[in-house]
Amino acid sequence: MDVSSLTPLFALLAPLLGAAGVVLLRHRAPARELCGVVAGIAQLGLVATMVPAVRAGGTVSVTLSTFLPEVSIALRADALGVVLAGTAAVLWVLTTLYAMGYLGIAPEPALTRFHACFCLTMAATVGVAFSANLITLYLFYEALTVITYPLVTHTGTAEATRGGRRYLAYQLGSGIAFLLPAIVLTYIEAGTFDFAPGGIFGSDASGALLVIIYVLYLLGIAKAALMPVHSWLPAAMVAPVPVSALLHAVAVVNVGVFSVLRVVLDVFGSDLVGELGLGVLTLVVASVTILVASVYALRLDNLKGILAYSTIGQLSYMILGVALLSPGGRTGAVLHLVGHSFSKITLFFAVGSVYMASHRTLASELRGIGRQLPWTMAAFAIGALSIIGLPPTVGFVAKYFLFLGAVEAGQWAALLVLSISTLLSAGYYLRILRSALFDAAVAVPAGGSGDAAGLLRAPTVTESGALVIGPMLVTAAVTLLLGVAPGWLLDLIRVSIG
Amino acid sequence: MNEITAAEQVGFPILSTLVFLPVVTMVALGFTRNDRALRRVALAGAVAVLALSLLVTVSFRRGATDFQFAEQLPWVEAIGLSYHLAVDGVSVLFVPLTALLVVVVMLSSWTAVRYQPKAYLMAVLAFETAAIGVFTAVDLILFFVFWELMLIPTYVLIKVWGDGSQRGRAALRYVLPMLLGSAALLVGFILLGVSHRSAPGSGGALSFDLLVLMDSPVPLGSQTAVFFLLAFAFALKAPMFPFHAWMPSTLLEGPIGMAVFLGGLKMGVFGFLRFVLPLVPDAFAAWSWLVAVLGVTAVLYGALIALVQSNLRRLLAFASVSHVGLAMLGLSSLNAQGLQGALFLIVNLGLVSTAMLLVAGFVQQRAGSTEVAALGGLAQRTPALATFALVACLGAVALPGTSGFPGEFLILLGAFRAHGWPATIAIMTVILAAAYTLVFFERAFHGRIRSTIVEAAADLRPHETVAAGILGVAIVALGFFPAAVLDYSSESVDDLVGRLNPASTVAADD
Repeated sequence: MDVSSLTPLFALLAPLLGAAGVVLLRHRAPARELCGVVAGIAQLGLVATMVPAVRAGGTVSVTLSTFLPEVSIALRADALGVVLAGTAAVLWVLTTLYAMGYLGIAPEPALTRFHACFCLTMAATVGVAFSANLITLYLFYEALTVITYPLVTHTGTAEATRGGRRYLAYQLGSGIAFLLPAIVLTYIEAGTFDFAPGGIFGSDASGALLVIIYVLYLLGIAKAALMPVHSWLPAAMVAPVPVSALLHAVAVVNVGVFSVLRVVLDVFGSDLVGELGLGVLTLVVASVTILVASVYALRLDNLKGILAYSTIGQLSYMILGVALLSPGGRTGAVLHLVGHSFSKITLFFAVGSVYMASHRTLASELRGIGRQLPWTMAAFAIGALSIIGLPPTVGFVAKYFLFLGAVEAGQWAALLVLSISTLLSAGYYLRILRSALFDAAVAVPAGGSGDAAGLLRAPTVTESGALVIGPMLVTAAVTLLLGVAPGWLLDLIRVSIG
Repeated sequence: MNEITAAEQVGFPILSTLVFLPVVTMVALGFTRNDRALRRVALAGAVAVLALSLLVTVSFRRGATDFQFAEQLPWVEAIGLSYHLAVDGVSVLFVPLTALLVVVVMLSSWTAVRYQPKAYLMAVLAFETAAIGVFTAVDLILFFVFWELMLIPTYVLIKVWGDGSQRGRAALRYVLPMLLGSAALLVGFILLGVSHRSAPGSGGALSFDLLVLMDSPVPLGSQTAVFFLLAFAFALKAPMFPFHAWMPSTLLEGPIGMAVFLGGLKMGVFGFLRFVLPLVPDAFAAWSWLVAVLGVTAVLYGALIALVQSNLRRLLAFASVSHVGLAMLGLSSLNAQGLQGALFLIVNLGLVSTAMLLVAGFVQQRAGSTEVAALGGLAQRTPALATFALVACLGAVALPGTSGFPGEFLILLGAFRAHGWPATIAIMTVILAAAYTLVFFERAFHGRIRSTIVEAAADLRPHETVAAGILGVAIVALGFFPAAVLDYSSESVDDLVGRLNPASTVAADD
């Protein structure tokens, strides 16, 4: 049942109010930080109220303003949007708590800016999730780029500025050079911007032009990090861990994959993508990205770098799932969107926890650290198992559907790519786990290689406070929970992919 | 064309009041001594004009092509002149825009202009009178009078209050080409009046009334001549490539207050929409390919030159050339999206160019220069200024959610429809614009502080904050609610499109 309601708008306003609260309470930490938490819970509640409607296959919509008679800024929540917004809201609350532990709650202007931008990021993410048309999607998509830029450059070092510049250049550049023309051409060819399940192009549209438009979309949605528009993601590694979590799990890359899903399902439609042979094209690009990213990750020692390339590969799993053009593939793609978020954020939280406890940033420095940081490494293990795709984690369920989808579509090559990639990711994650859990601790210079101050820190390594460990254990638990009981989520996903 | 009189709508000649209220304020300034009181009186006058102009916008009847708030007095009846003011969907928004810019200029120069503040404020008010006259006159000769009147305060403002050492030359470099353009404009207008005399139904009388001329078709031969005369005058004013030579020197040497009017009010493009398109539509349609070629060239040329500028003011001058090119590309598409886009773009530039120029002015006052080499790290000392600059930059980049986006988007849409793939070149400029704007922002506001002057820079003062706040809010508000502008112009634009494509209107009626 399609209903008209202001709820999607309120879900967008909650984080905006949160940002206003952060600024107003800038001198009153931790009330400042709690604004984000409260707004996140409010947003989650608002999203939850829409679940019954979208679960029945309906939508909840509201029009904000009109550009031209046929072009409007409009929000419409459907099952897919609710999945993205709900995931983001849960992880936002947890990441804000984690950030309080990781960055502290000093009343610095930099932290006020950080938390305000964090809230605004969520507004943009919800905006994308509930976009009813391409114009609205583009608006919030680009807003997300701009709002995350101060987060990436948070530390203000020369390295951070360089990384941030690259981040902004890639994202804005590809958005304007490719995504905007793709949207304009879509309108000229289809006569509408509005998403519709099954696609919006008429049967008389020219095939060659459609192929061009599709390629422009793939290049323009750089947030999905398909090669060759992926390198902003490693560049953004300079950001502090909570920001990485935001980029890799909560907002940015999810918005990228979500946008690709929208384009394939609701702009072109799976049938048209298949007819034009674009499914195979996408499969090839995604496969290359998966394999190259995995090989890259295998050669790195920097933990954040490994996670960044792992993300690039995992995002292409989702793209590959959609490009299989089979129900199993699509289910796997959306489930992996959620599952990867919880797994990858667990890994980032763990890496951050290691850094807090020991200032270590390299995989080779983790030998034997499992005995000193049992909770952290347990969470890391769960996240890693899920990314590799082993039971009983959500990653396993997602990968099961991806394999199923490949078999349904008869894409044996895709099956092969998925298998090889599983082995490769097992290679780099299990290597870390084995050395952390089973090797004897060796003498790492006190403070680790990431500690500029060198020997100033005490060599004893112990777990950090509850604000760091707590969120990490929650996301690890959800990773397991979704692996054991994915039923209710799968119901919602089945509706979302039509 | 039909008109609705001011008597019917508000009961008093509101447009004349708007035109002459600044003159009254000037007289009041003549009796004021104290510096502080001067600024207050001038601001009060400017705010009153703004309030009245908002009354015009609110009482304007939308969804109609009629000319509204009309008032007409005989002037020189023998040659068909009359004092005739009115606004329609094309022009109505430029009245509050002008009034807003005057308020913003006064607020931003509150403490900055110390030399002869009384004369400065009088010049600004004189400019306001002339500019509102330009936007509301619907008699061609009356329009011409206001058009010429603008030159005087402009010349004085650049020559006396300019920031650069070459300001005298810059003032001359502006005025001389403008006088040349005016000559062409006057000849073009007279040709139109004369051509009306031989049109059926005119009774052999001359007329310079826009509303009369719009109903009186001009033969194609004279249309071409009139088109080139008018196009030359308006292209010079816009400034449209290749007639832009005066723009960089004026923005570099002139005071920011003047730069705001020259860079923010795109009167040349307005001239095309007001006179060229409705009065000589066939000639414009026939030569639209030339307009498109010049437009695309300007777009690319301006953006590329802006990319290599190290001075913010010169950068803004070339960005302005690029933006005008985009507006002209929109006009050349001859369809509703292109025209709406062009109109929206110039309204937006009134906000965004003004904001960028104010940033230049604020930076100049604080760092003594707008050369990027002298800046760096400003955001640490002036967070409010940096925030304002960021909003202005995002608007200049035409990011969605700012007032820059709808106009540019509509122009791209219209240009794609009319010209196909060549229009993609225009898209490139958007990327270039993002590059030159954001690179400047980054280098000026981020990074390390490199000079002791920047180290000691103070953030925005209260009056400046108000000016910046008004513009910032307007830029974001129009980004989300572009209909607030488009609703005014849609009917008038449709009418223009009908005039430009007579054949297709007939076909659509079948």
